[in-house]
Amino acid sequence: MKERTIQLEVLRYNPDTDTEARFQRYEVVCQEEWVVLDALNKIKADIDPTLNYRWSCHMAVCGSCGMMINGEPKLSCHAFLRDYEGVIRVEPLAHFPVERDLVTAPDDFMEKLKRVKPYVIPKEKKPISEGEYKQTPAQLMKFRQYSMCINCMLCYAACPEYGLDPEFVGPAALTLAHRYNQDSRDGGRLARQEVVATHEGVWTCTFVGACSEVCPAHVDPASALQQMKITSSIDWIVEHLIPGGKSARDTVSREDAGDIS
Amino acid sequence: METISTDVVIIGAGGAGLRAAIALAETDPRVRVALISKVYPMRSHTCAAEGGAAGVIKPDDSFDMHFDDTVGGGDWLSDQDCVEYFIHEAPKELLQLEHWGCPWNREADGSVAVRPFGGMKKKRTWFAADKSGFHILHTLFQTSLQFPTIARYDEYYALDLLVDEGRCQGVTALEMRSGELRQFHAKAVIIAGGGAGRMFPFSTNGAIKTGDGMAMAYRAGAPLKDMEFVQYHPTGLPNTGSLLTEACRGEGGILVNKNGRRYLADYGMGPETPVGQPQLKTMELGPRDRVSQAYWHELQKGNTVTTQWGECVLLDMRHLGEKKINERLPLVRELADAYLGVDIVKEAVPIRPVVHYMMGGISTNTAAATPLPGLFAAGECACVSLNGANRLGSNSLVELLVFGRRAALSAIEHVQGLPAPNAAALKVGADATAKRIGELFSRSDGTESMSGLRKEMQETMEKNVGIYRTEEGLQEGVNKIHELRQRYRRVKLTDKSSVFNTDLFQALELGSMLDCAEAVTVGALARKESRGAHQRLDYVERDDKNFLRHTMVYHQGLDVPRVDYLDVVITKSPPGVRDYSGDHK
Repeated sequence: MKERTIQLEVLRYNPDTDTEARFQRYEVVCQEEWVVLDALNKIKADIDPTLNYRWSCHMAVCGSCGMMINGEPKLSCHAFLRDYEGVIRVEPLAHFPVERDLVTAPDDFMEKLKRVKPYVIPKEKKPISEGEYKQTPAQLMKFRQYSMCINCMLCYAACPEYGLDPEFVGPAALTLAHRYNQDSRDGGRLARQEVVATHEGVWTCTFVGACSEVCPAHVDPASALQQMKITSSIDWIVEHLIPGGKSARDTVSREDAGDIS
Repeated sequence: METISTDVVIIGAGGAGLRAAIALAETDPRVRVALISKVYPMRSHTCAAEGGAAGVIKPDDSFDMHFDDTVGGGDWLSDQDCVEYFIHEAPKELLQLEHWGCPWNREADGSVAVRPFGGMKKKRTWFAADKSGFHILHTLFQTSLQFPTIARYDEYYALDLLVDEGRCQGVTALEMRSGELRQFHAKAVIIAGGGAGRMFPFSTNGAIKTGDGMAMAYRAGAPLKDMEFVQYHPTGLPNTGSLLTEACRGEGGILVNKNGRRYLADYGMGPETPVGQPQLKTMELGPRDRVSQAYWHELQKGNTVTTQWGECVLLDMRHLGEKKINERLPLVRELADAYLGVDIVKEAVPIRPVVHYMMGGISTNTAAATPLPGLFAAGECACVSLNGANRLGSNSLVELLVFGRRAALSAIEHVQGLPAPNAAALKVGADATAKRIGELFSRSDGTESMSGLRKEMQETMEKNVGIYRTEEGLQEGVNKIHELRQRYRRVKLTDKSSVFNTDLFQALELGSMLDCAEAVTVGALARKESRGAHQRLDYVERDDKNFLRHTMVYHQGLDVPRVDYLDVVITKSPPGVRDYSGDHK
């Protein structure tokens, strides 16, 4: 295996002792095939035990190690050194408060996840003894992609709207609402609309698409948000423009009828 | 020190901890729950499980067959009353997850799909592509958000159990963000803290798998059971150790050596089955212990492939075709491509066995209760004796659910009528924690480097407690780990800050791992037989006369731990021969 010496410039900040953040440069001997996380681990073990960051799985599924690498939101376990030249600059994930060094506080994201009611609100409740809800592969495919989110928050760091307006519910949480709305077992779309179909919900999104570009799990939040805008618009038209229109409930049942056919 | 009063504390918010929390909230909304975890729940290592979860659901399957597969797969070290309970609960739990929205793969008619898995006689592994653990974890986490009685304490590092009047009544924990020490007072504690694979240098386990829960119970006097049984998964990426799921073989992938021979046929798992037509319970669908051991023999014979990442064998999935690979094994394709630069559609991928799972853990009975009243445990950190000497793939995700729920029900039963904890008495324990942490910070004679000790521990475990073991190697391992535990008293903290101090957390994790490592080595040295994942070159046969029993290891402070034994529960299946030679006898 070939070795390569890299320069890593890491943003350091300790609220106990620092008034402002500063960059610290490390020179690290790495294997060519390493990821940025491997270099950070080498610094932590052999050079500077006071450097702090989160990580766990090293296979892009636990979502712990999101950070800005040369200005882009990335999972550091999935940022390959072979893709970088020169000094690599590592900073905490944008748009979140810094706890220390590369560790950010995800409180706002955690609160928003909860707000969209990300669980099945059953259309028809039945006991376990009656077995599974039938769901065809086609029905599964309607939401499966949107269930792949690993909550790494890269999309929040990439989203210019979230940067401007922290009230925006944001790509991952809204996508999760869409994931349950699209699930044939779920009847909770109306309950989620009060969070989703608002100014802070899908209507803040201006379809820049940065969320989908940075998503390491190929979830494509941008497409989820556009689909939600369409259903929300249909709700509005049905309610306000069609005589005798009865709001979103009808739309939901029509969609379901379409699924089964 | 701030005190948080609650009814039940759960330590660990992975599959088992979340399942327990939901069961508590659903069963009795008056019970207050504190769910403590050193990571946000979605980061828990359950997320990395790939292949699926076993439960009898299809008409051609039966509980008896799942029982026989599990007991035989475990080389008769499983407690059969536990297995019986488990197999009956398994489908109910998997259906419950289905009702909560888990995106299980489906058959054309909308029923859940099942896939073949190693050591299983029938197809009974429910799956969500090759991200089954990920979906189980997120389904549980998201479902848990609707219950107001679950108070989460994310990024709290649990330290020591609080025991008074012989009952476990709480725990101390550090709020990682502030460095503040807190004490949780409760009437029952459930540990669901995961395994300790990070004791080894080459492991599928995430950085967080450091045995904190096991060590905490062990230090409080609860025994660790069957710790010497460490599972090597046969197919890990040779550089990062990332898991390539057993479903690779379940879907039809084959293992070949440098000569292109499907060598498993030479180790009691043959004759060869046609390529692309996997047959249950033979060849590539043999159990993990046997398949990993076959690799070791191939290595001795010089039949492995030399790669830049060391000696490997090849996992060939090319014949599955791109469509099936994308549909059933998308994560495997991505992992091999990203970390190794191998496209499994076009090339065979080099792999080698990698430390994956601890069969042993905190000793529990079928009710998920430990011998310490008020303390319950579930998941990988527990040894409920479902898996015996070798776990079958896809039994452990279900174990999280079945015994996570069981621990909750047992805890509810336990807390009925109990008086509130005696705060003054528990404070004695909490003060001891504060002193221990304070001493780490103020230590002036710290001479041992944390990463240095960790490296020595990992090298010792790999060298002396690997797939095949000997008296000499194990004795060396016992001596070395014991020495490292003494040296750990002088471990040096470089970072003295209170805020999110990962130098401190890693030092504490190292302490946990050293405790676990000692239990593993001592148990392995004492077990003079070969059974399941514990293979001795000097005692090659299974010895039911002397060792059809569980190893129980008791913590003795800085001294070498005490080893005792407990009989295995046999109800209907007397020890027999493990036969993986397929149907062509």
